[in-house]
Amino acid sequence: MRTLGILVAALTCALLFYAMGDFPPWADPGSAAHTHVSPRYIEKTMEETSVPNAVTAVLADYRGFDTMFETTVIFAAGVVCFFILRLPKKEGPIFRRYRHTLTGMTIRVKCTRKIPPVLEEFEMIDNLWAPHDLIIKTSCRILVPFLQLFGLYVIAHGHHSPGGGFQGGVILGASMILLAISHDLRTALARMGEKVHALLCPIGVLIYAGTGALCLVLGRDFLDYGALAGILHVDPVTARSHGILIVEIGVGLAVMATMIWIYNNISSRGEYDEGL
Amino acid sequence: MIWELDLVILSLVVVAAVGAIAIKDLLGSAILFGAYSFMMCLLWAIMGAVDVAFTEASVGAGVSTVFFVAAVFRTTRRSKD
Repeated sequence: MRTLGILVAALTCALLFYAMGDFPPWADPGSAAHTHVSPRYIEKTMEETSVPNAVTAVLADYRGFDTMFETTVIFAAGVVCFFILRLPKKEGPIFRRYRHTLTGMTIRVKCTRKIPPVLEEFEMIDNLWAPHDLIIKTSCRILVPFLQLFGLYVIAHGHHSPGGGFQGGVILGASMILLAISHDLRTALARMGEKVHALLCPIGVLIYAGTGALCLVLGRDFLDYGALAGILHVDPVTARSHGILIVEIGVGLAVMATMIWIYNNISSRGEYDEGL
Repeated sequence: MIWELDLVILSLVVVAAVGAIAIKDLLGSAILFGAYSFMMCLLWAIMGAVDVAFTEASVGAGVSTVFFVAAVFRTTRRSKD
């Protein structure tokens, strides 16, 4: 079986290398990709959408359908992770470990399933608990707001520089994941609960699809942001730029919520009780 | 494009890819996969696709490595085969 697998892999590799001979050379101006639509995007993007970064304009405006369904795929990934991993809430008492922060003594308490409030002298610890490193905790806590600010910058500045909803959303999600890793899952969940990210995820997709539908209602094509000119009180070209920003915000929300959702489900085995 | 740099990064991509499949330790595999993503990110940046490089760095090298490590911690660290 193993040799068969290696054989198939080698054969596919050889086939791909053979097919590579038909590719145009790198950055060939005469290749098919560079002769039909690319010159039009490069020449007309600025005057049609007033977005300096042509990649963002292509991604969110000219090829808006692609990005919308990419967002839907990410939403679906989050929902699938939720359905596969999330366990229903169990009933009955559970043993929890508490550690006295001053003496380091650990006690085992039988209590209800509900996550108890934070106590002053005792901290609840998980089965995978390791002594918290003050340096890691503090530096991560300092890092998180700057990460979130950078994520917002990446979303908002996608028009002018590399970036956009996907990258910014991932950075925003990573900041919450960093908080969950450096402290524990309960700390992150206290700031952003399961209901919040489970709601933000479809809201992001809805913002994207809703903007498209709004254009449809206003009498233009689906995702033709020029239709928003009347609502935003700007000319149609600037309206396309603003429309891109609106859908990028939707993408950012959906991606951020999905990343946190998947991480919480994986790291707590779907119990939302003990994290990593 | 500087071909020496290209050659080093491309060979590192191949090494990381083969290593990620061959290694028995799943945590090491996850980290090699992160290294693979990071090398791919450098390749995208060299080829001028900065947006793709940014996505690869944040999604491939960043968050998916975290997901893999979390999954390894919650399942098992040794692969069976």
